[in-house]
Amino acid sequence: MKLTEISSGINEWFDGSGPLADIVISSRVRLARNLAGHKFITRCSAEEKAEILDKLKTAVMSLDLGDKVFYISIDKAPALDRNVLIERHLISRHHAFGKGPRGAVIARREFFTAMINEEDHLRIQILKGGAQLSACAEQLNRIDDMIEEKVEYAFSPRYGYLTACPTNLGTGIRASVMLHLPALKMTGQIEKFFNAAKALNLAVRGLFGEGTDAAGDFYQLSNQVTLGIAEADIIRQFETSIIPEIVEYENAARNRLLDKETDVLDDKISRAMALLKNAHLISSQEAMFLLSHIRLGINMRYRLGASTPAIERLCTLSGISGDANNPNTTTPIATINRLFMLTLPAHLQLNYGKELDSTHRDALRAQIIRSTLNG
Amino acid sequence: MHCQICKKTEATIHLTEITDGHRTEMHLCEQCAQEQGITVKSQMPINELLSSLLSVQPTDEDLFELPDKDLSCPICGFALSHLRDEALMGCPNDYKVFEKSLLPLIKKAHNGKAVHCGKVPSKVPKETKVQTELLNLRQQLKAAVQSENYELAAKLRDQITACEEQQIKNKET
Repeated sequence: MKLTEISSGINEWFDGSGPLADIVISSRVRLARNLAGHKFITRCSAEEKAEILDKLKTAVMSLDLGDKVFYISIDKAPALDRNVLIERHLISRHHAFGKGPRGAVIARREFFTAMINEEDHLRIQILKGGAQLSACAEQLNRIDDMIEEKVEYAFSPRYGYLTACPTNLGTGIRASVMLHLPALKMTGQIEKFFNAAKALNLAVRGLFGEGTDAAGDFYQLSNQVTLGIAEADIIRQFETSIIPEIVEYENAARNRLLDKETDVLDDKISRAMALLKNAHLISSQEAMFLLSHIRLGINMRYRLGASTPAIERLCTLSGISGDANNPNTTTPIATINRLFMLTLPAHLQLNYGKELDSTHRDALRAQIIRSTLNG
Repeated sequence: MHCQICKKTEATIHLTEITDGHRTEMHLCEQCAQEQGITVKSQMPINELLSSLLSVQPTDEDLFELPDKDLSCPICGFALSHLRDEALMGCPNDYKVFEKSLLPLIKKAHNGKAVHCGKVPSKVPKETKVQTELLNLRQQLKAAVQSENYELAAKLRDQITACEEQQIKNKET
């Protein structure tokens, strides 16, 4: 399969559907596993890595996942392809730019990825739109069982699944939710969120962009502790306390903007519209910053029934005036989400068909955004 | 109003403290407030936040004191000094060889916990399964006793006895 078949659209998990998807963009669960009888990756020769890759590739490719799967040889793929996979959250940066024989098995609809020879021999993940962590965990658990019928995992009764890094020992599970928190940021309360995360032993990262940068007010929240707590308890903690609390915080901040700081809100939305509709050069960073405010405006209109002058103007823009409740049309949120993803540097270039320098990328990005918003 | 510490920058943080009915006010700029430990940086880089959340990298001192510092794994050749450079283990066997030294690090990374609780592969030998179950039950028992839930503790104790009997039976067969 060619990567361009998926790179011109958005992933299922980013289409704006799913429970609480205005704030909880998506849910992801991953498991780290290693084969018994092999060294961990850092101590493996290229031959041993190739052997592990072969074994796991065969095991994973033979599974019935209810979707077509394709395999990408990461060590042989061009850098642009690897970057597109990172931008789509299908592989990690570590996997893309690691060493030696390694690969990824990806479901066509992009809900499943298996990274082979990343930091551990095998890392499998399920990604779904909205707040759906338990559904992710259940599906992934079944897949893990199926793989385990074909291979033997390194396991110790005391430490559980043995992983290359001691921080993943035990269940090897990492549950994470990707959040869009523009109102907490606008009202200067994002620190509250950081502090709450810290108190709960959770890690916070940016979602898009380089490394840990939190561009576009997107944050990824994930568990750190994997040992001594069962998978189900980790998921339950997210679903019963962490997610509802953050959603409540963000909604309170949105309502506060609406009730008390309409001018602040409308100013941000209007400026974002004016720039995005007219700019001829726009960096990835600036586009995300501005698109975040547009996304906030649309969600406030459709989820909270907000009707400020700027939000009204925003919702009559021909490019995003789709029906928010009709799943058969492109919803306004799906259109904006699409802009977020398709204007990322690697996506721009792969879809354009060649590598571009940053000025040309900025021009192309601005043009795509302008033509989408102006309809 | 200027910050009452540096007397240069505009004060943006106003703190009123009432101790024993006595009221004190402080007016500080953001930088001085941070230095006083009153506020955190408004834009703390996330990588900084991350590293403060999780620092499992052992320091030289930690490693120097470790009981297994001169050992190396007979299977993969891993030694504890590698942990500092790579932060990764060499093979599953290392968890056995360096158990003494790793335990404090593992506990530090996992909120004080050091015994697996959760999924067990279906393929592991029966004995391992019972062993894992026993470790889990004992952990739960400890928690039940701590929270004075004696009813649950009694149930768990029965389960532990049953598990131990199973273990003896497994050995006999």
